[in-house]
Amino acid sequence: MRPVAALAGLGTVLIGFSAMAEEVEKGMPQLDFKNPLTISQVVWLAIIFFALYLLLSKWALPQVGSVLEMRAGRIAGDLDAARAAKAKADAAVADLTEATRAAHATAQSEIAGAVASAKQAAAEQSATLSARLDAQLEAAEGRINVARTAAMGALRQVASVTAAEVVVRLTGATADAAQVDQAVGGVLAARGLA
Amino acid sequence: MAAEAHAIDALGQFALSPALGAIGASVNFTQSNLMMLISAVLILGMLYLGAKPRAVVPGRLQALAEIAYSSIHGMCVDQIGHEGKRFFPFIFTLFFFVLLGNLLGLLPFSFTYTSHIAVTFALAVLVIVLVTIVALSIHGLHFFSYFFPAGAPKLLAPLIIPVEVISYLSRPVSLSIRLFANMVAGHVMFAVFSSFIVMMSAAGVLGTIGAVGPLALNVALMGFELLVAFLQAYVFSILTCIYLHDAVHLH
Repeated sequence: MRPVAALAGLGTVLIGFSAMAEEVEKGMPQLDFKNPLTISQVVWLAIIFFALYLLLSKWALPQVGSVLEMRAGRIAGDLDAARAAKAKADAAVADLTEATRAAHATAQSEIAGAVASAKQAAAEQSATLSARLDAQLEAAEGRINVARTAAMGALRQVASVTAAEVVVRLTGATADAAQVDQAVGGVLAARGLA
Repeated sequence: MAAEAHAIDALGQFALSPALGAIGASVNFTQSNLMMLISAVLILGMLYLGAKPRAVVPGRLQALAEIAYSSIHGMCVDQIGHEGKRFFPFIFTLFFFVLLGNLLGLLPFSFTYTSHIAVTFALAVLVIVLVTIVALSIHGLHFFSYFFPAGAPKLLAPLIIPVEVISYLSRPVSLSIRLFANMVAGHVMFAVFSSFIVMMSAAGVLGTIGAVGPLALNVALMGFELLVAFLQAYVFSILTCIYLHDAVHLH
């Protein structure tokens, strides 16, 4: 089917060109320069083309150009605004980081100060406490010594009286006080209680 | 064949006739010029209505106007260089004037002003005169060194200079005939195939069935001609850009 159609088409074209050739021999209207319309058409062409050129270059094209420029300007402006906003945001982030860092440092130093003062207070308190305890200990030791000395003195006296009484009961004779006292002292000294 | 050939009037569509009634006839205003006027109004209207909303996110018409503007602007800057911005309005006018002429010509009952050699040659002469004026104003008499490339042997000057001059002068001819011939060929083929449809369908049922062939060809041709309309407008304006580049930079 297709070759037949193509052949038919080719045939039509060939017949068409032969017909056209005959027409051309008769003369193309475009080459008929005796016709005044052929030349007047060019004069009007010049007028219309020049008017179109003037209107396009002075009136229509600048409008389209200004629209394109406006868009380009707006896009550039938006980009600038976006860049400025980004710079501001970056600055804000930097400020925030700086403030956080400063707050950290302040908090650290305050914590360190509080710890130091608490340590000092604790050290002072323990120092006074230990001083008081030392004083109390000393006082108690003093009292113990006094009591012990007193007790020692009483022990010698009780031992001498008891010894003298024992001598009286056993021998019936009165013991020499000085001798008894010396003997008690010797025994006590031997036992380490004097 | 002879009877058929007379029935096919493929060139009648290019005949000029006065437009806009008696007033148009009195100043020899043709239907070709009317189409030029319609093209100009459409170009200006497209740009005016497109630029009017001034939206940051463009609608369809605004996108069309902006794409038209920036693509031709890009072409000027790419081809000519930084100086191309000065010629941007001219290239824009040229491209859209030719494009609208090609496209409007594809509508039924309209007229293709780019199918007239007088019109395309006038445009090409305008281009070449502009290019020469630009070259002379930028480079002065140094411009004539363009016709003799630096470093070529002096002995060959009698050969090279005429060749270069002829090639320079043939620019408007090739520029205008390229556009003119493309448009004429396309519209003649439209007319011939359309005549075949009419003639074949008059020849009975079998002819009517056969007429599907030229109809399909015309449909395909319409797509092709849309491509050619854009391509030829592009070729015309980009060659102008290249010539302007040569004028600005001298090779």
